[in-house]
Amino acid sequence: MGETFFMSGNDACVEGAIAAGCRFFAGYPITPANEIAERMSRRMFEVGGTFIQMEDEIASICAVIGASWTGLKAMTATSGPGFSLMQEGIGYAIATETPCVIVNVQRIGPSTGSIFSQQGDVMQARWGTHSGCYESIVLSPYSVQEMFSLTIESFNLSEEFRVPVILLSEAAIGHLRERLVIPDKINIVNRRKPTVSIKDFKPFEALENEAPPMASFGDGYRVYYTGHLHTVEGFPVLSLEKYPLAEKVLKRISSKIRLNIHRISMFDAKYVDDAKVIIVSYGSSARAVLRAVNEARKNGIKAGYVRLITLWPFNHQKIRELCNYADVVIVAEVNNGQILYEVQKALPFKNVIPLLKLVDTHTPIEVLAKIREVI
Amino acid sequence: MHLLSNIIRTERLPHEFCPGCAIGQIYHYAAKAVEELGIDMDKVVFLSGIGCNSRGVGYVRFDSATTLHGRAIAFATGVKLANPNLTVIVVTGDGDGAGIGCNHLIHAARRNIDLTVILYNNRVYASTGGQLAPTTPYGMHTSTTPYGNLEEPFDLCSLMAAAGAVYVARWTTAHPYRAISSIKKGILKKGFSFIEVVGQCPTYFGRYVLNTTDPAKCLKWLLENSVMKESASNIPAKELSGKIIIGEFVDKDRPELTEQYKILREKLKS
Repeated sequence: MGETFFMSGNDACVEGAIAAGCRFFAGYPITPANEIAERMSRRMFEVGGTFIQMEDEIASICAVIGASWTGLKAMTATSGPGFSLMQEGIGYAIATETPCVIVNVQRIGPSTGSIFSQQGDVMQARWGTHSGCYESIVLSPYSVQEMFSLTIESFNLSEEFRVPVILLSEAAIGHLRERLVIPDKINIVNRRKPTVSIKDFKPFEALENEAPPMASFGDGYRVYYTGHLHTVEGFPVLSLEKYPLAEKVLKRISSKIRLNIHRISMFDAKYVDDAKVIIVSYGSSARAVLRAVNEARKNGIKAGYVRLITLWPFNHQKIRELCNYADVVIVAEVNNGQILYEVQKALPFKNVIPLLKLVDTHTPIEVLAKIREVI
Repeated sequence: MHLLSNIIRTERLPHEFCPGCAIGQIYHYAAKAVEELGIDMDKVVFLSGIGCNSRGVGYVRFDSATTLHGRAIAFATGVKLANPNLTVIVVTGDGDGAGIGCNHLIHAARRNIDLTVILYNNRVYASTGGQLAPTTPYGMHTSTTPYGNLEEPFDLCSLMAAAGAVYVARWTTAHPYRAISSIKKGILKKGFSFIEVVGQCPTYFGRYVLNTTDPAKCLKWLLENSVMKESASNIPAKELSGKIIIGEFVDKDRPELTEQYKILREKLKS
């Protein structure tokens, strides 16, 4: 079993991070993510870790990457405006294959927007840093329990695949208070260190479906990191003619994730086997959707529920399997339509219709009304 | 064999710098300082940002990184806080450290975290083609000030002194031994140390201001236009215009950040 608590999503995130082994936090104040930094500023010292409030979000993500290089599990937390500022650092972590976790407790945008809830950063989390020649891992919690468990999962995935993992939460989930059960046993993935001699170690040499082992600063491996297109030794590629492997090295940062999509992608589904109408949702919206689907079933409507836990990499194949027998698929999200287009791409011959709103989150009544409208 | 062949990644030579660039000298000073101090080289981290200066870090055999433009000090803050046993040296440029990254520079000095920052000042953005930098002298013609620079440059040593750095010095590449000695002092100093090295850039400052690409002439110009801080106080301000004031500006002690973390941790234990 485990111990039961009553706490907010943001607080649960901190406890999840500590359970996962996080021992470094750098951040900058921003609503609605503040409670994470505030709790971290106390808890990090209680567990022998380090907390620092940096001068901005750019510095925060950079300090997190620096800490990760020394072997610590490190994270930061922010919201939309700060997430935009962190994009160059996130790109750098992707390029240098540095494990770390970025929590984005989403708020309304564009720009300063407001501190009310939204799900507007789904595409930014996937495509936010320049070039797009990479794959992101993005998880979407829908409860306080998942703020805990998916924070742990974020650290595990980031260590296994050596990528920055984004926990894409929302104001509605970060500030939600409900029951949290901290289990007695937690599965933790720790960083793989090199086993070869210092002389033979090539920091970026690995199979296309894996991340290479990682030495820590101070271990004696004398590793060099750069955001430049680099060789397997880690040095800038100065000539494409002299180093034809460059593209292969660059491709691996995508393939190591793409080829493991079945392990990374997580779903929750109910009543899909005989459903005529399926509502695909994630995060806070899924709470309203689940309630509405249960109500619909009580009224004899064959409605189904699909919740994305992993937003990216997007598993089109799994969506096809889950929605195979439905006549209509509704995508409910709190933005102008972002996951909607991925679902449409996955189901080109099905009627996929949006249920969008731009502020706060869906209500069960809104979802139920939409279900009744389409059947 | 090169004197510092155990430090230089000789397998990466030849390097990618312009003939006569100061970067070789500045990395030499830093490596020499580490070697002379006898620090365990496995425990030394070199970080840089982006710009000409940043490429040098890939030629020294330490744990190291070419980070993001202007952000090396923010990365260094994470490295040092996460493992205070490492000696962390940042090599940056005037555009990298005092332009895009100035915020981090000031805050690191304020925090007094134990980093040694070596700022190579060539007074332009050189790797992008000689554009205006926050250190470009007033009136200087650059690639983006074709009518002459209308802005006053930063005095970085005054800025660092005001921000709270505990060791601040400025030298030029015409003063190698003093620069090495200052870097050694900076590394040994518990706290934030800042060493500005005004270096020759034959490709831009040389061509644009001195009408020469001859590194020796550029170095000679640096030597002739440097004034020791001690003598500068006796020279009228007008005559000092355009001169490079060199010397040690700050050498003081105040509580260092990672030490304070250590004290706090011990206090919380008891």
